[in-house]
Parts: sequence; structure tokens; C-alpha cells
Amino acid sequence: MKDTDIKRLLYAHLLCIFSIILSIFIPSVFLENFSILETHLMWLCICSVFVTAVNLVLYLVVKPNISSKRNSLSHKVTRILKCCIYFLMSCFSFHVIFVLYGAPLIELVLETFSFAVLLSTFTTVPCLCLLGPNIKAWLRVFSRNGVTSIWENSLQITTISSFVGAWLGAFPIPLDWERPWQVWPISCTLGATFGYVAGLVISPLWIYWNRKQLTYKNN
Amino acid sequence: MRLGSGAFAASCVAIEVLGVAIFLRGFFPAPVRSSSRTEHRAEPPAPEPAAGAHSNWTKLPPPLFNKVVIVLIDALRDDFVFGSKGVKYMPYTSYLVEKGASHSFVAEAKPPTVTMPRIKERETLSPSLLVLCGDHGMSETGSHGASSTEEVSTPLILISSSFERRPGDIRHPKRVQQTDLAATLAIGLGLPIPKDSVGSLLFPVVEGKPVREQLRFLHLNTVQLSKLLQENMPSYEKDPGFEQFKMAERLHGNWVKLHLEENRSDVLLSLGTKVLRQYLGALKTLSLSLSTQVAQYDIYSMAVGTVVVLEVLTLLLLSTPQALCRGADLEVPLRSPVFSLLFYLVFLVLSAIHVIVCTSATSSCYLCSLPWPVAGGLMVLVSALLCAIVSTLTRTVIESTLLRKNAALPSSRWSEMDLLLMLGTAGHVLSLGASSFVEEEHQTWYFLVNTLCLALSQETCRSCFPGDDSKPQHSVHMLQDSAVYRAPILHRAGHTSPSSEALGGHTRWAILASPWLVLACCRLLRSLNQTGVQGAHRPDLGLWLTSSDHKVELSGLAALSLLVIFLLVQRGCSLVSRAALALGLLGVFCYRAAIGNVLFPWQPGNKGFSKGIIEARFVYVFVLGILFTGTKDLLKSQVIAADFKIKTVGLWEIYSGLVLLAALLLRPHNLPVLAFSLLIQTVMTKFIWKPLRHDAAEITVMHYWFGQAFFYFQGNSNNIATIDISAGFVGLDTYMEIPATFLTVFGTYVGPVLWASHLAHFLSSEASSRACFCYALICSVPVATYLILVTSLRYHLFIWSVFSPKLLYEGMHLLITAALCALFTAADQ
Repeated sequence: MKDTDIKRLLYAHLLCIFSIILSIFIPSVFLENFSILETHLMWLCICSVFVTAVNLVLYLVVKPNISSKRNSLSHKVTRILKCCIYFLMSCFSFHVIFVLYGAPLIELVLETFSFAVLLSTFTTVPCLCLLGPNIKAWLRVFSRNGVTSIWENSLQITTISSFVGAWLGAFPIPLDWERPWQVWPISCTLGATFGYVAGLVISPLWIYWNRKQLTYKNN
Repeated sequence: MRLGSGAFAASCVAIEVLGVAIFLRGFFPAPVRSSSRTEHRAEPPAPEPAAGAHSNWTKLPPPLFNKVVIVLIDALRDDFVFGSKGVKYMPYTSYLVEKGASHSFVAEAKPPTVTMPRIKERETLSPSLLVLCGDHGMSETGSHGASSTEEVSTPLILISSSFERRPGDIRHPKRVQQTDLAATLAIGLGLPIPKDSVGSLLFPVVEGKPVREQLRFLHLNTVQLSKLLQENMPSYEKDPGFEQFKMAERLHGNWVKLHLEENRSDVLLSLGTKVLRQYLGALKTLSLSLSTQVAQYDIYSMAVGTVVVLEVLTLLLLSTPQALCRGADLEVPLRSPVFSLLFYLVFLVLSAIHVIVCTSATSSCYLCSLPWPVAGGLMVLVSALLCAIVSTLTRTVIESTLLRKNAALPSSRWSEMDLLLMLGTAGHVLSLGASSFVEEEHQTWYFLVNTLCLALSQETCRSCFPGDDSKPQHSVHMLQDSAVYRAPILHRAGHTSPSSEALGGHTRWAILASPWLVLACCRLLRSLNQTGVQGAHRPDLGLWLTSSDHKVELSGLAALSLLVIFLLVQRGCSLVSRAALALGLLGVFCYRAAIGNVLFPWQPGNKGFSKGIIEARFVYVFVLGILFTGTKDLLKSQVIAADFKIKTVGLWEIYSGLVLLAALLLRPHNLPVLAFSLLIQTVMTKFIWKPLRHDAAEITVMHYWFGQAFFYFQGNSNNIATIDISAGFVGLDTYMEIPATFLTVFGTYVGPVLWASHLAHFLSSEASSRACFCYALICSVPVATYLILVTSLRYHLFIWSVFSPKLLYEGMHLLITAALCALFTAADQ
């Protein structure tokens, strides 16, 4: 039972990675002069859309969580609205954090906000898909020993690795190499993307290796 | 010998200061410079040598060019111009190089005689001589600073209509030194060659001139170089360059004699060529021997200094577990090394090495020039430290094996906060190896402090929503039932007891909000003073405030900051010092108004400005008064043992005296930095350190981080140019060296000093010696690592422009740490 779950997790993650790779190559077919560094904003939008779409599709297909009992239409609508509000809130709070970290306040607002959207896509969207707009569940998952399934475990790993990637991505900015990717926020977005991909790769493997030790309350 | 860990740490830092001083003495080479530099009288140029008394050409030759324009392009590597890329990307330049009237060279940037870096200049093109050059090259990956061929090779193109170029004459660019440019330009502009220049004339520039002038130019350059050599080398007469110079001068005299006798034969021509060749050879040899002398470090002194610092650091690190886990007293093995065999062996070996090094040294060496007893004392110190390390190490090993046999130690797991503080400090130390990170060190500290605040906010979230956390000691269970937890936790490493006020819902929200408040404060301060290299040109709030149009705003802000400072500081003071503080802060505003920085609301017009001597001295009186009261309280607390309250009040008064002094010395636009620093200290104390019960070590490291960040918030950088020397003239009529130095140093290091004194007050009740130990350790790790980094990077291109100013800053910081540790310990005794 557990092995099949891990396999499903692995396939889901591979799909996410595939969507990021597609977001690099597909637009260059349709759009002229597309490149990650030069038309960075465009790539950020496309990548966010792709990853969000794949996450939604996965959520609908795999349904790792048993959905709630009440299934009325109004309940669903409020749920979706709540999810949207949460997503926007996370985007704005990331933006605020970037500005507090030293991002320019007025210049490059659009770039900073797209980075916030991308980071929200890597972190908030999977949380919303898996846990729903439920702060208590989020707090549970992100506190120590609070995970109850491999899905939540992998969510924890990918989220943390995206944050760490974005954090590490700020390191090359002060260097005077004068490369195009050292410009704010390109190194950070690339860092976040690499971190997310690394988290996607690592989490199934880590869960597989530690499957003997991992005991969840539900399983 | 038993020592308190505070006293131990203080003496360790004092020894480290000694080590760093020796290192600095060895690192900064005795400069190759003319001793007559202080005389402003221009020496007459050397006359043309002549065998007879016929030549009377004693004036400088006329200039070759009227005007020089230098185009300096950052990181221009030689093959960008001369290679195939040059033809593609710089077509006009390569056309000039190939066909036009120009001379091209590959100028080698030879560390440490770096002339170009950081002189970036560009002007319009209406030249008589156009110099196109790069400051340094770059490697394939774009980095620069090391000494590979790609990084030190830069193009140097001299373009002028006065150069004759025969068509079809393709010359390969010759390799020259960047230092040659100064001599060439001096000759080209008809100026005397700078006395301290070690370069030689680029001969092709004067090739079009008549032979007599060519020889004159070469003679001037050679005379200048040989004079420099005479002053810097005792045995200059044996130098091959000097011999060549004497030979050439004799031949030159003969040539002039022949020339003046109107002898136009082949003899004259062939003799002229010979003299030329002789001069060029002499120039090359002289320049080489001078620049190798500049490039020589006193490695022996540097090594001894590094060894002392590293030994002390090792000793500190080895005694960390003992100092942090057990009581305040440390067993320092001093008696045993003095009588051990190892000590004498090491001492003998070191003395032998000293004798060998000093007798075989060719260049000057600081340690060898010391008198024997001093050098011997140094050797005793080195060997005693070594023996102390060995005995501490053996004791640690024995104890750990015993402990393992007896009982499993309670595994003290590191919290995430410990990990962050550790990794952050280590990362900062390692980042000092890259020149950009040294230039932009403020960004490192801002980044670390921000991350610290985010981690603190996560910790506050965890503790304010109990039930999500399985770790008891960090949760704010005490919010509900503090009485139950207080007893056991107080036994854990020194904590201040939670404030007795009722911790209700308000406090909880305040705890949650405080990291974000700190973050916002840091962001505001960051835009007050842009510092570093990348952002230095950006307009900042400080510039806006100091411009004369915004005097009213500046006055308002300064007054508000002074008010905030008073409100935040007065709460811990006694009544008398409260009044003194208020008057002192009022005096600070009067001082700034008197020297014309700010305006009084009732005197908006301009009046005559004074030096503000009376106002500043008025403030000094209050500073000294408050410091005196604080010291008196400390002494009283030592007489009446175990009276923590008096001691805490005394430390707070010393702290408030320092705050008042800082308020006087900081420029008015920097007063908000001081106010925010006090605000952050208050918020962190009240809502983070006390409720979350951080460890003394954690609190010390946080104080260190914030102190460093405030060093840069204040507008400092790792460049000497940002030191505010005006602080040294506050309240002084004329320049007086000792007070001016003290005031400038205090004004520069306000951030670290204030945070350290806040730490002393905050941890005064229980863990001050532990805090002192941690502070000494955390400050000496960067210095020790930086010494090693600088030693290994001593041939880096930016060694003088970037790394050595930072070395001076680090040395001064260590000195201040030593003073602070001594104060900590004195207050603790």
C-alpha cells in the first residue's frame, strides 16, 4: 500500500517537473525572442500558470485527501473564493517580505510582485490544493511531528526547499560579475525554481528511504 | 590557575590584539618612497650629463602633449582589443591600433603595485593624447581579482597625432607594467616624474623626437629611479641596475660632448644607439628591483602574528564547552606549561628558528629588528600558549572518555535558532574571502538580521499557538501558567525571570508583532544611508536630509529622535541621571543648532555659526557625570555583595552615558539610527528575549549581529573614506590627537559598542561572564579567519583597495572588543 502511494507521489512530482520544463520550451515555439533571462517576466507568468494548472489537475485526479463531507455548491464556491483570497494574501505578504529584505520599494515593483506570485505558486498553491483554506491544518503540517501522510510530508519538503532556494538565490547579487542573471529578482526566482525542483525530486526518494521509520497517525 | 570565564576571555582577546598588531606590522610593507616627500620645494631637474662643462640644458624638456584624456574601461582584457574580438566589437579602436598614429601595449597589473583599480574616469574626446586602458582584465567566467594572466593583462593604447606611423608597420603589443603609465604621462606633459613612481618610460612614445631629447628623457627617469633605490636599499651600489645607470650616464656625457662639438659622424649615431640601449636596460632592471621590494611582505612577522591569534582562538574554542556548560570558573592550565619539558623544547626550537630566519633574511623584518628580550618574550608567549592548548586538549579528551564511561550525556540538541546563528556567522566569515562581499558586507549583515527576524517570528508563532509544538522549553506555556514553569527553567542556563506583569492577550499580540516591527525599522534604516560600492551612488534619505533645503525637516527629525532616545533610556536611570540625561540631550540639540546643522523653532533665520565649543563641553560634563554615577553604583554593588539591583542600575547608567555621548557625536541625520537602535533593543528585550527565554549564548550572538548591522546602518563601510572624522572635533578648539582619536573611534563604532553595553546590562544579573566569553569568541573568529584569508590573498589585485582597509577595520574592532571585554569583566568582579 505504501509503496504504491510513494509511486503515485513520484509520478505526480515528475509531472510537476515536466510542467516547469515545458514552461521553458513551449513558449519559444509560439513567441519570438523568448528567453528566460531577457523576457523574464513572461517566463515567470507562464511558469506560475503551468505549475498551478498541473497542481490543480493533480488535485482533481489523484485526490490524496478524502474530501470533506459537505459537498454543497455554495460550500464549494466559498471554498474556492477563500482559496483565491489566501493565494492573493500570500502573494502580498511575500511581496512585503521581499521589500523588507531590501527589494526596491518603487522601482521593479512588477518584477518583485511576479517573484512573489511564483514563490506563492511553489508553496501556497500546493498547500491550498492539499489542505484547503484551513490555517489550523497548515500550522499542524508545518510544526514538528505534525504530518499525517506522505503527501503532507512531501509538501513540507518542497515548500521548505523552495524557500531555501529563494534565500540562497540572493547570495550572488552583491558579486561584481555583472552577469544578466544577477539582476534582481532573476537569481532569486531561479533559486526558488531550482529549490522547488530539488524538493520535488528529493521528497519521494527521502520518503522511500525512510519508509520504515515513518509512521503516520492515519496510516 | 582558576580564572573566571570572563577574565579568561578578556585576557585572550588582549593577547589576540597583540597578535593582530604584529601581523599588521608585517603585512603593511615599509613603503618604497622618497624621504624628501615632505619638502614642498621642487627640486631642480637633474642636468644633462656632460663630460665637459659645455652643456647648459638644465631645464625640463618641453612637454610633448598639451592635454591628456584617459579612457579607463572596467575589466578590459587585452584580447578584447588586440584579439579577434577586438576587430569585431571595437572596429574603430582596432583600426587605430593597426593603422593609426598610436602605440599599443599590454599593461600588466602587478599586485600589489596596483595603480588602476577604482580610478574610473571618462571625459570627452578632444585630445592631444588619448589613453585607452583597462583597470584589470577578467577570467573566462567573468571574475577578477586573482593573479592569472587573463586577469592582470589589460590593453594600453596611446593615441596621438604626434605619433608617426609608417604604413605597413605591424607591431605586436609589448608587455609593459601599468606603473609605467605615470612616468610616461609625466614626461609627456613636461612635468617632473613623481618621486615615488617605480615605473619606467614607455620608450615608443618619445621615439619620434631627436636623439638628444630621447636621451634626456631616459636620463631623467633613470635618475629618479636610482634616487628611489638609494633611499630604499642600503646596498644600492651593488645593484646591477645602478651599475648600468652609472655606465649609461658616463656614455651619455661622452655623447653630449661629441654632439656639442658638432660631430655628425657615424660615431655619434652608433654611440647614441648604445647609450639608448644601456639606459633602457638600466631602467628595466631598476624598475624591477624596486617593484619587487614593494611586493615583499614581511612573512615572518605575519606568520608569528597569525600563530598567536590562532593559538588563542583554539584555546577559546577548546574551553567553550567548559565555559558554557559548567560554572563560571575555568581551569586555565598555566602552571603546568611553565615547568613542562614540552614548553622548553618548543621554546628552544622557536628561538632557533628565529635566529635562522633573522640571520638569513635579505629584506627588512620587523621581528628581527626588535631587541632580543622582546622577541624572546614573544617566543615564550607562543610556546606557553601551545602547551596550554595541548594540556586543555588532553584534559578534554580524558574527561569526555570518562563521561562516556560513566553516563550518557543528556544530548543537548541544537535548536533551529542555534543552527541559524551558527551558520550565519560561519557564512559571513567565509564570505570575507571574496572582494565583492567585503565591499558589500552591509548587505550580508542586513540579510542575516532579516533572516534572524523571520526566524524569530516563526518562533514567536510557534510559542504563541501552543499545542503545535512538542518542545517545552521554547513554548510560551508560561503565558498560561508561568509559576509552574518558572522553577525548572531557571535552573537551565541563565535566564532572566519573566517579567511579573500579566501576560494577557495584548502581550501575545505584541510578541507576535515585534519581529515585524524590528524588520520594518531595519528597512527604514537601510534606506537612510546607502553604503558599499554598488549602491553608493543611489540617492538616500540621509542625503536628502542633509541638503540645505530640508533643514526644517532635519531639525524636526533630530528633535523627535532625541525625544525618543530620552523616553527609552530614562526608565532605567536614577532621578539625578535622568535629569542629567534630559539636559544633556537638550545640549546636543543646542550644539547642532550652534554649528548650524539644525534650526531652533524660535530662531528660524540664519545667524552666525560658532564651533559650538561651549554647548559640546556642556554635554561632555553630563556624559562624564552619568558615567561617574554608574561607576559609583558598580563599585557600591561590589562592596555590598549580591546586590544585583544596584549593579543593574549602574550598568544601565553607564549605558545611558554612552548613548548621550553617541547622540552628541552622530550627525543629526544619523540620530534616528540611535533612536531605532534603542527602540529595537527595548522591543527585543521586552517581547522576545524575556518571554522566549533565549540562552545567554544566543542573546550574545544576536547582539553581535545587530551591532554589526548598526555599524553599517550608520553609513559606515569597509572603505576608509566613510569614517566621519568630524566626530573628532566636537567640542575641541584645535586638533588634539588623543581625544580626537578616541572620539572618532567611538563615533565610528557606536553600533557595536552600544549593543555590547546593552548586552552587559541585560545579562548582568546572572550570565555576564558567559556572555563575555561568547562575545570574545564570536568577535575573534572573524579576525582570525580574516588573517588567514588575507595572507593567502596577498597577491590579489584588490589587496590594497579592498582587503587591507577591511583588515584595519577588523583590527580596530578587535581592539574595541578587548576594551569591552575588560569592562565586562571589571563590572563583574
